[in-house]
Amino acid sequence: MKLAIRTGAVFTAAALSLSLAACSASNEEPADTATSETAAEATETTEAMESLSGNLQGAGASSQESGMDAWRASFQELYPDVTVGYDPVGSGGGIEQFLSGAVPFAGSDGLLDAEEYATAVERCDGDGGAYHLPMYISPVAVIFNLEGVDSINLDAETIANIFDGKITTWDDEAIASQNEGVELPSSNITVVFRSDSSGTSDNFTDYLEQASNGAWPYEATKEFSTAASQSVGADGTSAVVDTVTSTPGAIGYADASRAGSLGTVALKVGEEYVPFSPEAAANIVAASPLSEDANGENDLAYAIDRTTTDSSAYPLTLVSYHIVCSQYDDESERALVTAFEKFVASADGQAAAASAAGSAPLSDELSAHVTAILDEIAAG
Amino acid sequence: MTTTEQSPGTEPASDYGTHPGAIANSIFKYLSTGAGSLILVTLAAVATFLLVEAWPAISAAGGDLGDKVSFIKPEDGQGLLEIIGFLVYGTVLISVIALLIGTPVSIGIALFISHFAPRRVAQGLGYLIDLLAAVPSVVYGLWGVAVLVPFLQPFYQWLADNFGWIPLFAPPESGEVFTGRVALSAGIVLAIMIIPIISAVSREVFLQTPKLHEEAALAMGATRWEMIRMAVFPFGRSGMIGATMLGLGRALGETMAVLMIISPGLTFSSHILQPNQHNTIAAYIALQFPEANALGVNSLITMGLALFLITLLVNMLARWVVSRRSEFSGAN
Repeated sequence: MKLAIRTGAVFTAAALSLSLAACSASNEEPADTATSETAAEATETTEAMESLSGNLQGAGASSQESGMDAWRASFQELYPDVTVGYDPVGSGGGIEQFLSGAVPFAGSDGLLDAEEYATAVERCDGDGGAYHLPMYISPVAVIFNLEGVDSINLDAETIANIFDGKITTWDDEAIASQNEGVELPSSNITVVFRSDSSGTSDNFTDYLEQASNGAWPYEATKEFSTAASQSVGADGTSAVVDTVTSTPGAIGYADASRAGSLGTVALKVGEEYVPFSPEAAANIVAASPLSEDANGENDLAYAIDRTTTDSSAYPLTLVSYHIVCSQYDDESERALVTAFEKFVASADGQAAAASAAGSAPLSDELSAHVTAILDEIAAG
Repeated sequence: MTTTEQSPGTEPASDYGTHPGAIANSIFKYLSTGAGSLILVTLAAVATFLLVEAWPAISAAGGDLGDKVSFIKPEDGQGLLEIIGFLVYGTVLISVIALLIGTPVSIGIALFISHFAPRRVAQGLGYLIDLLAAVPSVVYGLWGVAVLVPFLQPFYQWLADNFGWIPLFAPPESGEVFTGRVALSAGIVLAIMIIPIISAVSREVFLQTPKLHEEAALAMGATRWEMIRMAVFPFGRSGMIGATMLGLGRALGETMAVLMIISPGLTFSSHILQPNQHNTIAAYIALQFPEANALGVNSLITMGLALFLITLLVNMLARWVVSRRSEFSGAN
């Protein structure tokens, strides 16, 4: 069913790109000359903006889909002759399509592994391989359904024990001791988790693994599994939120923008309890080092430091990347990708995603850094 | 001169050589032959695709597949073969639940429409049943998870309280059936989905029963039920089996409804009132596909191949049963 819909989408997109290619063929000449001056002054860029044309197709993570919708709409308003498409097939599918050369950029919640980095060197022009650009930063909320309780404080160890079934009732001493004055019922805890393979699960289990002092005995994985006997798996963010909402005493995790009126957990960071917020989510990215496997300094692949003690940061944060080539052999493709990605990283682009999807805007420094990297991307 | 060289097979066509419909006739012959062989070509293409795409995963299954595919964990007893085993078990279990519930109800509906209901009611009911068959599975899934599952939960609790000593109905550890998103719910929703198919086909079969057989039975003093047992069932047996197998085919391959209802897990457990115990092949593929890498997709296609083989086996079995039974029915 899902497959059929997706194949349908691919076909429509292919048909669309064919017809667009036909329209834009006559405009190709001006597009090339105009976009080679993208670094020019503001007055000149308006000129370039009007003449950039073509079709840009991406594929990948569904987590950034609503952000992507906002970016596409605003970008196409700026450049009426450009069509941007995005197929939310999932991170794995997006990377697959990017590495096979089917799309010029991919959206992904996770980082490329060594083998995929190697394939990217072959796929991209030159020897530079591919870069990760953090574009969509979103806090993940631990949500619960307890009547009359909006927020509770928990440390990572307690959360790990709850999700692994070692703590089974809400009035357990481990929970109560962190929440004096909150009336906790003696009811059982129902653990709700993502039954599908997802980047949200990956980030959540990575947080538990890193921050819980060994209370979480498993490795970070996209496929959540638990020993808790009172647990329910649900397919997708909406189903998790629905299940928690309809089950008194349930606890789960979901993208913070979808938490709605459910209670949320403030995580213990250092000595304080930090509720999720866009600012705190952006701070953890700024405070994290780049991954050891990163492809040079232009590859902004973060190894999020979940164990931080900086209480201005929210460690349970999902970073969704755009994966682009360090060099494109086709000038018009390079112009389209860099123009679009620059818009996404800009204050306007980040604000559009923040209002549409509740994501955390990139800090000004990070935004400027991404723009500088995009300026270096060359055409072969 | 040349006619003597023609093979016997083409002679009938040449007999009509002067007939105005001759060209149309031969065009039709080739078209229908083409349509017939298209089935074989499609089947062969699907089988080839599955085998070719599954091969990288099968050949790596003994080696480092677990390192490269996130959902395959040989160290946790979830290697490719083990997962396929769990999934085949889950698929068959849920389909069997669906058949056990769906078949008697469908036969009942079909008998009511064909032999008991007044003609006008029968017609209306027939349309309604056909309409049920047209409801997309995602709607059944949504309805199942939003309406049916919460509705069934107290009933499951009752079942667990009174019959929990039967392993089939054992409740979760705490003794409380805290969710209705279990294999039994998936089976019930699948049963509802296959009822229209089974009852529509059996209804048609029952209506074909020779009137003379029925009247003969009634004339010998049989009640209506005895008449159905003596005349309708023997005549319609192969048709009923065929209808059930059609239903089973839909149940085996159903994705959306199962995906939305069941809280999945990978075990050989018989506890159909506990969540996180079972999953079906189709639903598992849908859950893992979006995030799967190249080898992951190959592994999922291997599971698809397993489903393909099961469906093929079921159909061949049905064919065999039908052909064995046909000599006893009144159809010949």
